Amino acid sequence: MAQPIIDLQGVNKWYGEFHVLRNINLTVARGERIVICGPSGSGKSTMIRCINRLEEHQKGHIIVDGTELTNDLKNIDAIRREVGMVFQHFNLFPHLTVLENLTLGPIWVLKQPKAEAEAAAMKYLERVRIPEQAKKYPGQLSGGQQQRVAIARALAGSPKLLLADEPTGNLDTQMARAVMQLLEDIHRDGATIVMVTHDPELAARAQRNVHVIDGQIVDVGEAPRLHMNVSRLSA
Amino acid sequence: MAESLKGGDAPARRLSWNDPDVRSVVYQVVALGLVALVGWFLISNTLHNLSVRNIASGFGFMEREAGFAIGESPIAFGPENTYGRAVLVGLLNTLRIAAVGIILATIIGTIVGIARLSKNWLIARLATVYVEVVRNVPLLLQLFFWYAVITETLPGPRQAIDAGLGVFISNRGIKFPAPTDHVAFDLAALGFLVAIALAVAVSHWAKKRQDATGQPFPVWWTGLGLIIGMPVLGWLVGGAPMELDMPVLRGFNFSGGATLTPEFAALLAGLVIYTAGFVAEVVRAGIQAVNYGQWEAAGALGLSRTRTLRLVVLPQSLRVIIPPMTSQYLNLTKNSSLAVAIGYPDIVSIANTTLNQTGQAIEGIMIIMAVYLSISLSISVFMNWYNKHIALVER
Amino acid sequence: MASVTEALPPPNPQSGPLAWLRERLFSSPLNAILTMLSVWLLLMVLPPLVEWALIRANFTAETSAECRAGAGACWAFIAQKYRLILFGLYPFDEQWRPLVAALILIGMIVASCLPAMWKPRLILLWVAGLVAVAVLMWGGILGLRYVEDTLWGGLPLTLILATFGIAVAFPFGLVLALGRRSKMPAIKTLCVLYIELIRGVPLISMLFMSSVMLPLFLPEGFSIDKLLRAQIAIILFAAAYIAEVVRGGLQAIPKGQYEGADSLGLNYAQKMGFIILPQALKVVIPPMVSLFIAVFKDTSLVVIIGIYDLMQSTKVSLTDPAWRGFSIEAYIFVSAIYFIFCFSMSKYSKALEDRLATGHKR
Repeated sequence: MAQPIIDLQGVNKWYGEFHVLRNINLTVARGERIVICGPSGSGKSTMIRCINRLEEHQKGHIIVDGTELTNDLKNIDAIRREVGMVFQHFNLFPHLTVLENLTLGPIWVLKQPKAEAEAAAMKYLERVRIPEQAKKYPGQLSGGQQQRVAIARALAGSPKLLLADEPTGNLDTQMARAVMQLLEDIHRDGATIVMVTHDPELAARAQRNVHVIDGQIVDVGEAPRLHMNVSRLSA
Repeated sequence: MAESLKGGDAPARRLSWNDPDVRSVVYQVVALGLVALVGWFLISNTLHNLSVRNIASGFGFMEREAGFAIGESPIAFGPENTYGRAVLVGLLNTLRIAAVGIILATIIGTIVGIARLSKNWLIARLATVYVEVVRNVPLLLQLFFWYAVITETLPGPRQAIDAGLGVFISNRGIKFPAPTDHVAFDLAALGFLVAIALAVAVSHWAKKRQDATGQPFPVWWTGLGLIIGMPVLGWLVGGAPMELDMPVLRGFNFSGGATLTPEFAALLAGLVIYTAGFVAEVVRAGIQAVNYGQWEAAGALGLSRTRTLRLVVLPQSLRVIIPPMTSQYLNLTKNSSLAVAIGYPDIVSIANTTLNQTGQAIEGIMIIMAVYLSISLSISVFMNWYNKHIALVER
Repeated sequence: MASVTEALPPPNPQSGPLAWLRERLFSSPLNAILTMLSVWLLLMVLPPLVEWALIRANFTAETSAECRAGAGACWAFIAQKYRLILFGLYPFDEQWRPLVAALILIGMIVASCLPAMWKPRLILLWVAGLVAVAVLMWGGILGLRYVEDTLWGGLPLTLILATFGIAVAFPFGLVLALGRRSKMPAIKTLCVLYIELIRGVPLISMLFMSSVMLPLFLPEGFSIDKLLRAQIAIILFAAAYIAEVVRGGLQAIPKGQYEGADSLGLNYAQKMGFIILPQALKVVIPPMVSLFIAVFKDTSLVVIIGIYDLMQSTKVSLTDPAWRGFSIEAYIFVSAIYFIFCFSMSKYSKALEDRLATGHKR
């Protein structure tokens, strides 16, 4: 078996006295699209936020693309370069244009020349089908458009892995479907996607589902049978 | 049909009290009339009173000899100089205390504001106590307090506290070494100016290079090096003189060196400590205004903490901070007028002396108001310009 | 795979005094250094301060020489002079009158802070209270001896200047705010000019103006006394700031409220009086409290034109040749008075703001 892109071994985390992640074991293979679902407060968000060190785990090992996450800033930087992230609240930079949002990472982290970064960014904006918004500011866009920009921003660093924390949580049903469709297309192009949601309909569209309850993985299953129905509905 | 759309058949307008436009005109005429009436009443009274008291109006007195001395002045001034020059001295003194005060209050206020948000319990507590105490006691009282501390509790010049490095603290103020009149110090000052120009040039060049090749350049460190290095270089080229004009105790007082008078020191301490409390709150609000998600998003892109601060957080914080910060700067400038209470010769204090000596009350007050209004006006013009250019674009 | 893991306690203790210390004071090397530095600073400052202010202080000395003998603070000076500091030159036997007046003013301020009192009759309470204060201070009726206002002083005077200042300036400020938002260009310009002119200059210049220019403005032979002139300056000054606070409140009212009022066919006075102002004024209570604090602190400036307020009575108490050189003690005492007033009001304003903020969300 090829080296997995994510390998969580016995990961534990506490918020004060609260045991939020309890002995999590999970491996994700390259090219997979998995959904982590569970009720709110179950620890699913915390779990993926540990993968790029937005949260610190206290016990166990997290290995991303062969690099173990430790306190070493070099490792954290290396892993964040490999991992793109999409947030529930988009977290776009309101003082920068859409294009500048996309090029900030490539220019300052990957040290790309500006023209090159901008050309690549335009390609990603076309991929998410809003190239005409490039010169606008995030505040001028709708929620669905903002989330597309956020996805394009996460892709702009050409990560090996895309994390999405409730990417549709702040969108209405129609926008949510469009964003999901986009993520599926991106996956088809070869990206590995780990997504957190509590929406069962979205969970049903995944290849593999991980159920988290009370900070524990209770069930890792193949995509449920709903899958066919849903894809027919959305087609 | 077409006719009526053009308004041909529109109901004829008659002059009527029920027409809002008519009402509006009447109201405005009445308001202007009332103001004019009150103005005329005040002005005619004033003219009458002035003629009764034999006071000539006008600014002719500005040419006359002032006849009083001024404790401290950035330009030469003696009793034989004119009132006009005295007013200029006052203005310069006001600008001087305001400029120094603004710089120090910004530095201290920023540190305290950040400290209030510190995860360190003790630091956060200390900062909170500072802010609460300083903001809830009148500035004037604080000025009196610092003035009393300096003039009553500090020893006289003969027992001055030797703070080391040639700095002496006594109830006559703070004495410190000053650069002598040597070409090396002029060269050092020149080096400083050249360094600033170079730093600007380097940052332009660095941006161009990064756009082209993607390689960032350590602009901040280079700039810092230049600003420290160039003056040192100038000093070395000038022959690296080691002697400074040191304060020396002669008889009952010091001679040589430069002085912070007790008045200047007390006013500065009071203004800075007081305003820093308000600046701290402005800074705290500005930092809190930036959502934590911004840090996370930038971190997820792989930006370091320093770059996140510089590229993402500060540009957003500054938008929130700068408008209230400017109004704090304005407050500090206006509050420097309290100088009159402890005898620092600022514009209010000198205008006050002038109007007491000459009886030119109206002109004296007009000078004070004109000075502050032009400062306020220039700052608000800047603020409006700034707000237009920097406001976040939202729909 | 799906074996259930029980919730476990964290590997390191997360509560208890040790964890608290680690979390709050020593979470990183930088934090540890900062903590040590502050502790060092406190150790340098606090013990000598406590020694000066409490341990070696003299509370009971009868003469200044006796006080000076100890190396500590001379609180005996305050014990000797507190009546002068608090009540100024008000006739000694009659000083219960300014005391009661001050209590009435404080009572009215506290009452106005209770949301249960925010009803129209609060205005009646204020009118009654202010009349009572005037009667007590001046006297001349009800068997009270007449006391000239040149003899008023100290804390009651400070309270009077601040409360009368805000209370009288409020209607002016309200009119100015409405004027500034008016669509009539002449009225708008007049209001903007007034507001910006006053806000652009320091209070001190207004006080000077009232003390030297007001006499020139009035017809010959007509004069107003010094205290009233200072009060007028404070009112004119406060009105401009109140106008800006109220304008903020008016701007916070959504456009729909104006349109709703218009659609009911209300005229301007009805629209403002019944719909807009009641909402806007509620929004501006917290900033009004902050403004009151600022005015309360700023009244100390009248000392510069020689009015006998708390600040001036303190300065006068310091000129007694028998008790020279205790300014630090006196200023600390007065600071404490100002602090108690301002701090409690600002805490109240903060609490109110939080309460109103949640009230709006629901």
